[in-house]
Amino acid sequence: MRRVAITGMGVVSPLGLNISSFWQSLLDARSGISEIESIDPAQIRFKYGAEIKNYVSGDHFDAKDASFMERFTQFAVIAAEEAVAGAGIEWTAALRESAAVVTGSCLGGRPVEEAGYWELFHNGKSRVQPLTIPLSMNNAGASHICMRFGIQGPAFTVSTACASSTHAIGQAFQMVRSGAAPMAIAGGSEAPFFLGNLKAWEAMRVISKDTCRPFSKERSGMVLGEGAAMLVLEPLDAALARGAQPLAEIVGFGMSADAGHITQPVVTGPAYAMRNALRDAGLAPEQIGYINAHGTATEANDRTETAAIRCVFDRHADRLAVSSTKSMHGHALGASGALEAVASILALKHGMLPPTANFLSPDPACDLDVIPNQAREARVEACLSNSFAFGGLNAVLAFKSLP
Amino acid sequence: LRGKHFRIELTQLKTQGSIPPDRKAFPALPKQSIPSIQDRVLKVIATSKHIPLESVQPVSTFESLAIDSLDRLNILFDLESEFDIEINDEEAKEVKDIREMIEGVTKLVEAKNASAPAE
Repeated sequence: MRRVAITGMGVVSPLGLNISSFWQSLLDARSGISEIESIDPAQIRFKYGAEIKNYVSGDHFDAKDASFMERFTQFAVIAAEEAVAGAGIEWTAALRESAAVVTGSCLGGRPVEEAGYWELFHNGKSRVQPLTIPLSMNNAGASHICMRFGIQGPAFTVSTACASSTHAIGQAFQMVRSGAAPMAIAGGSEAPFFLGNLKAWEAMRVISKDTCRPFSKERSGMVLGEGAAMLVLEPLDAALARGAQPLAEIVGFGMSADAGHITQPVVTGPAYAMRNALRDAGLAPEQIGYINAHGTATEANDRTETAAIRCVFDRHADRLAVSSTKSMHGHALGASGALEAVASILALKHGMLPPTANFLSPDPACDLDVIPNQAREARVEACLSNSFAFGGLNAVLAFKSLP
Repeated sequence: LRGKHFRIELTQLKTQGSIPPDRKAFPALPKQSIPSIQDRVLKVIATSKHIPLESVQPVSTFESLAIDSLDRLNILFDLESEFDIEINDEEAKEVKDIREMIEGVTKLVEAKNASAPAE
């Protein structure tokens, strides 16, 4: 078993198209949530989303390459490029042959299907565009990352709704730790702003009427977001030997299934996932100083997650800090876990804990230290990043700071 | 329920042109045979949840009918179709039992009728 370090990270988000602008926004409690512009707001009952408004495909890809990639795939590739550059990876034939790529996505490139089906069902056309399958498949992000860097090792995509990229990073961690891969690029990407999907969320009646206020008494639900985040994972000793500067150590991964209700969360599933991550990491609960919560700002999640944290950490729950950065980058579904992993790692590295933005007043059922509205200076030894998916599939990552 | 069947039969009779001339002037329907908003709400709930209509009463609670959050979504969706109304998320969250659901739908239907152009 090898110790595993994160040596590079990349982000595409409503808070900026790179790590530094993402992190600065988190520290400033600046939210990327505003009125949805990508579709006509008259068509949907809710108004707000965390869209990437300034994204121009041509700034990143030439037209020919872009035509082979849906928005979520482009995000994945851009994030992977930043992560690989940040890690200072020097590609050799041997590394290309055995490096791993694991991505997460909930919806993949479904917008291209929607457009094609519209032509079929509404405009009486009898065919859809020939790239519909390769554009829409959930693994397109992983495939294009492999193609871009010439990576030929294990590569696959995980789709577990809102926990997709946390599961993906966990899988990559296990492969690097066991020696199955000498290096991995892992994370997730999502681009959920298309009419059919927004309508589906509208019907779930969980979208906020104003903004995302996790753990706040005034919360009215979640806000969708989009983007991507990718991490580079390497064995710690190998990273140090080649002169890389590890950002943090990834030390544990815990999973569980609620086996309860398809959408209504229960306390046990999230609690088991956190406990399993601690056990996998060999960490005592008291070593955790920060939890980047799933924190969707639905009543069901926030109360259940609070109870689960209390269940796992007992009295230490009053001494650790918890925040939901979804209040700023929105809920990017299959990309969320990776965005939050990045936030968690930066928190360890910089000794600054990102806040829960848009917080108004406390909900007695969420009586945790949620870092309201203002980032906090605090050196913490280790942290957790929680992701709990619809369908009751839970994934938790544990990170530890490096000297 | 009976009222609805009656209306269907009436329509069929009309389309078949088999209404005897002396019965063309139908007496006004007895009031109780027109399904009330309440009856229609109860029927939507029973159909959506796949439970006997008799088990759904205005005094029933969501708990007593084992209606969970996902069932509620389905019921709200079906109520919107049945009455051609739009039920706001925030108002829907306030509804705690079947009686409040009937009251809420009644209010929305009345508002719709008030704003509809006169025939």
